[in-house]
Amino acid sequence: MAEPLLEVTDLSVRFDTDDGPVHAVDKLSFTLDRGEVLGIVGESGCGKSVTCMSLVRLLPETAVISGRAVFDGTDLLSLSPRGLRAIRGRDISFVFQEPMTSLNPVLKVGRQIGEVLTKHLGASRREARERTIELLHLVRIPAPHRRLDEYPHQLSGGMRQRVMIAMALACNPKVLIADEPTTALDVTIQAGVLDLMRDVRERLGTSIVLITHNLGVVADIADRVLVMYAGRKAEEAPVRDLYAEPQHPYTIGLLGSIPLPFEGETEDGERPRLREIPGRVPSLRELPTWCAFADRCPRADELTRSTVPELRYVRPDHLVACFHPGPE
Amino acid sequence: MSIDESPYALEVKDLVKEYRVGGGIAGGGSIVHAVDGVSFALQHGELLGLVGESGSGKSTVANCVMRLTEPTGGEVRLRGVDITHLSRRAMRPLRRELHMVFQDPYSSLNPHMTCGDIVGEPLRLHRIARGRELRVRVDRIFDTVGLRTELRYRYPHELSGGQRQRVGLARALILEPSVLIADEPVSALDVSVQASILNLLRDLQSDMGFSCLFITHDLGTVEYLCDRVAVMYLGKLVELAPRAELFRNPQHPYTQALLSAAVVPDPDAQRARRRTVLEGDVPSPLDPPSGCRFRTRCPLEPRSAPRSTEEEPPLVEFARDHLVACHLVAPNHPAPRLVSETVEVSK
Repeated sequence: MAEPLLEVTDLSVRFDTDDGPVHAVDKLSFTLDRGEVLGIVGESGCGKSVTCMSLVRLLPETAVISGRAVFDGTDLLSLSPRGLRAIRGRDISFVFQEPMTSLNPVLKVGRQIGEVLTKHLGASRREARERTIELLHLVRIPAPHRRLDEYPHQLSGGMRQRVMIAMALACNPKVLIADEPTTALDVTIQAGVLDLMRDVRERLGTSIVLITHNLGVVADIADRVLVMYAGRKAEEAPVRDLYAEPQHPYTIGLLGSIPLPFEGETEDGERPRLREIPGRVPSLRELPTWCAFADRCPRADELTRSTVPELRYVRPDHLVACFHPGPE
Repeated sequence: MSIDESPYALEVKDLVKEYRVGGGIAGGGSIVHAVDGVSFALQHGELLGLVGESGSGKSTVANCVMRLTEPTGGEVRLRGVDITHLSRRAMRPLRRELHMVFQDPYSSLNPHMTCGDIVGEPLRLHRIARGRELRVRVDRIFDTVGLRTELRYRYPHELSGGQRQRVGLARALILEPSVLIADEPVSALDVSVQASILNLLRDLQSDMGFSCLFITHDLGTVEYLCDRVAVMYLGKLVELAPRAELFRNPQHPYTQALLSAAVVPDPDAQRARRRTVLEGDVPSPLDPPSGCRFRTRCPLEPRSAPRSTEEEPPLVEFARDHLVACHLVAPNHPAPRLVSETVEVSK
C-alpha cells in the first residue's frame, strides 16, 4: 500500500491553564491517504478540533503538543515557524465553522483570496485576480467578477462558506481540513457545500479531513471515520462498517440518539424511543487511568474501571478501544 | 368566549410582524416583513412542529405568541381569548397558561438565582404557593424532569447544558400551562444530550397533556416528536400537514427540497438519496419577491410563471388536513416531483 499522505503518531495536546492542566488530546494516532475523506466525529470537548489545529500549530501558546505528524515526509510538529508557514495555507488549508468571523470584514473578497496566491505562489496581482475568478467559478459562485469587489458582509452565509473554500483551495492544497464546515448553515445550503466538497475531492484529488458532530454529514461524504471521546480514539472504521456494525458502546449510543427523518413509525403509530447516553463527558483535568467512557457505559465492569483499553482490531481496518466491543 | 370553550389551545390568525429598520424619528427607513399572514391552530394536547430555515420567521411567530414582541397585525387567541393586544396587567393571569423554553440554556436562566428559585419563581409571582408548599412543588417538578433535588441549591453555571435545559423545562411546566412554546430547545446541546431532552419532552407531554408549538430547523426532531408539521419560508406558511403525510407526500417544492436535503446517518441510504440543491439564496425580507415568495429559487418556476410573479398562492386544502400554498397544487392535484427517491445502493 502507498505511504499515507499524513501520518499522526501519539499526538497529545495539553493546555496549561491557571486551574491546572487540561488534557485535550491523549496519544492519538491516525493516517490520511491521498484523495481520502476522513471524518472525525465526536461531541464538544472530545478534542477533534484541537487535534487538527495542533497539526499546523494554530493553537494558543498555552498548548503543549507532543508526538509526530509526518506530512509528505516532514514532521509538522518539529518544523520551524518559517517552514510551517510555507505549508500552512498552501499544502494544508483550513475551512472553519463560522465563515463570518474567519473572513476579514474590511477586505474585499477578491483581495483576501488573492493574498493567498501572491504570498504563497508569488503571483502578480493580475494573475491573482484571474485565478481568483477561476476559483470562485469552481465553488459555483454566480457572477464572480462582481463578487470580487464585495465585502464579506454583503454575502450570505452559504456564499461566505464558498469563499472560504475557494480561499482554501487557492494553492491547490494536498489536504483540506474542514472544521464543522456546514454547522452554521441551513440544510438546503449544507447540501450544496457537501456536493462542492465531494466535487473538489473528485476533480482535484484533495484529501479532506472533515471534523463534525453530525453523523449524517459523515455518512454523506466520508470514506473512513474516526470517533473520538474525551481526547482519545474510541473507534475507527471504513464508513459503511462503522454505521452497519458499530462496536464501541459510545458509537452505538451516538447512532441511536439521533432522530432520523423518514424513519416511519412502529405499528402502534408511535416512534421508537431515542437512545440516551446517561451522564456527561468527563472533565479533562486529569487523564483517567481507566476507560473514559466507563461511567456512562452499560458494559462497564471492574476491568473497564481500572485499565485504559488499548485499541485493537476487530476486523482488518476496524479499530476499537473497548474491552467488550461488539454490536448489541 | 370564555376559557375552555374553544376547541383550540392556541389560534394564530393572519399574524403579521413588520420591523422598521434604519430611518429616524420622523420615519423613513425600510420595512422587514418578518412574518406575513401566518395562520394555524394548535389543538388541545397536540405537538405542532414549526419548521423553517434561518430568516423564515419561525422564532418571530413564537415571540408574537408569547407577546415578547407586539404583532403588527392579526390575532393570537389563547384558549379562545384574544390576547393579541392585552395589556401586561390583563395578560398576567393568562401567563399561567402559556410558557416557553428557549434555545440557549446558558443565557435564559438568571445566573444570580439558584435553580430552585428559578423554577419556583412562577409560583411566587402568581402567588400560588409559598414556603413549604412551594418547596414541595419545586421538589416534585424537579423529580418529574429528572433532576436530583439537591440541585435546587446550585446555580445554573454549576450545571451541564442538559441539566440546565431541564431546569428551563421545569420552570416552564411548574404552573401546568396548557400551551408550551419550545424554540429550538435542543439545538445548543450535544447529540447524546439532545436525545434525553427529546424523550423527556415526549414523556412530559403525554403525562401532562399540554399542547406544544415546537420550533426547529431539524427535520429528524420534528418527525420524532410532532403530530403535525408546518413549514415556513420567508415569513409565510407554505405547507401544513400531519407528520406522516408531510414526510411521505410533501407537496410544496420548498418542502420537497428541504426534505431531500436532510442528511440521514446511514451511508448507503444517504448516498442513494438524490437531493435538489436550491439555486441562489433566500431573498431579503426587506424586499420579498412579488407573487410567490419562493419563485426566485423554485425549480418549478417556469411551470407556474407568469402567475408566480403576479399572484400570491393561497393555502389550499390539497388533501384532508393537508394545506399547501403553491400555484401548481390544487385539491387532489399534486405538485410535480422535484426528485424521485431512488433506493439503489451505490457500490
